[in-house]
Amino acid sequence: MIEEQTTIAVGKDELLGTVSDFHSQGYRLVQICCTALGDTIEINYSFDKDYRFTNLRLTVKPGEEIQSVSIIYWSAFAYENEMSELFGVKIRNIVVDYKGHFYRTAVATPFVATETDEKNDTGKE
Amino acid sequence: MSQRNVIPFGPQHPVLPEPIHLDLVTEDETVVEAIPSIGFVHRGLEKLVEKKDYQDFVYVAERICGICSFMHGMTYCQAVEEVMGITVPERALYLRTVWAELSRVHSHLMWLGLAADAFGFESLFMNCWKLREGILDIIEATTGGRVIFGSCKIGGVRRDIDGDTMKGIVEKLDRIAAEIRHTTDVFLNDYSVQHRLKEVGVMSGEEAYALGTVGPVLRASGVAMDARKIGYAAYRNLKFEPVVEKSGDCHARCRVRVREIFQSIDLIGQAARKMPEGEIAVKVTGSPSGECFSRVEQPRGEVIYYVKANGTKNLQRFRVRTPTFANLPAMVRILKGASIADVPNIILTVDPCISCIER
Repeated sequence: MIEEQTTIAVGKDELLGTVSDFHSQGYRLVQICCTALGDTIEINYSFDKDYRFTNLRLTVKPGEEIQSVSIIYWSAFAYENEMSELFGVKIRNIVVDYKGHFYRTAVATPFVATETDEKNDTGKE
Repeated sequence: MSQRNVIPFGPQHPVLPEPIHLDLVTEDETVVEAIPSIGFVHRGLEKLVEKKDYQDFVYVAERICGICSFMHGMTYCQAVEEVMGITVPERALYLRTVWAELSRVHSHLMWLGLAADAFGFESLFMNCWKLREGILDIIEATTGGRVIFGSCKIGGVRRDIDGDTMKGIVEKLDRIAAEIRHTTDVFLNDYSVQHRLKEVGVMSGEEAYALGTVGPVLRASGVAMDARKIGYAAYRNLKFEPVVEKSGDCHARCRVRVREIFQSIDLIGQAARKMPEGEIAVKVTGSPSGECFSRVEQPRGEVIYYVKANGTKNLQRFRVRTPTFANLPAMVRILKGASIADVPNIILTVDPCISCIER
């Protein structure tokens, strides 16, 4: 048995406002994750309050810049650095921005890397 | 203002069984900032899902961590079962609960040992790990493995535990519980232990909640959040309340884990008494299509599995948010303002599992 889960689609412009609403209602940021779907990237922001699980879903194009939610939920910096380094999502104003040095990966953005990228990449600095 | 120095902590350090690196920015003996970096042993298991059959991937999920391996497999199975609309037999749910709680007991005993080792109490370390061996013997007798159980599969479990064996397990746990109580009394009452852990690494409940902290670290700050209350597996039929402590310091985190050991033993007893007869698995055919988030309370806290499937044998996306990853911001926060001498104890009481982070 898994609890009821709600998913709400949000646009890039309404993201910060909606996340801010969740914060003011006392929701806990559970996780942020990224799914590469060919020509789009799906980002799920998950929240919990009293075991009620709610997802905000943002869909962006590769290379499209989004705003960081770490100014609202400080702990989001870890998830956002991860998304930036593993998926190449461009995120503006992360409160603790590692600028590519959070993970030590041999291949840049390995979760969206093609086989050609992997052959050509000699490792990042 | 004093001169600032950066002290590298890890990736190799006596208190770290696994590699994580922290740059500790210090002023005299005080940490003013801690900057973690990870990825030394990152395995890219999330990416591997694109090449493995979704049923075989249970084995990979179990290998994310060598301590809560069963719970990783179970959370993955739960997520796929939900996507595929599979109803798991009740007996299998109870068996999963028993193995999950055994995992918690051995994890907490292992942690207590490591904590004792970190503050220099070698005999206490040895005693905790000796007690843990008794739990591992039960796990080995019922699953065939000590680290990787291999007993969970999509649709149920692979092995059953017969009534007599279950009764024997409960009796053995009662005997071990008495020994555990004798050893854990040292953690709770010994002057030296209290001196090293009390009022060290304090985090308030509000802070812990705001930082997205999970597990014993959150509950030690007074927040009663335990993912088992969602009611997955057989937990909806068992009576328990989250173990909560108020002081939010290293000793509170230690007390939560000690009390949770006894809670887990009680839950195993309840599960053994209520376990119904019947099948332990259903046949699974076809391929999953859809998506789901699955949550389980591991020894270190709530783990989240996300699976997204498109009707093929390979999942489109598999994502794990492990409790240690969620506790990373809290660790950074607690270290700020701490004394250099307290850093090892603070890191250990957060109980980071680097294998889990480096999934």
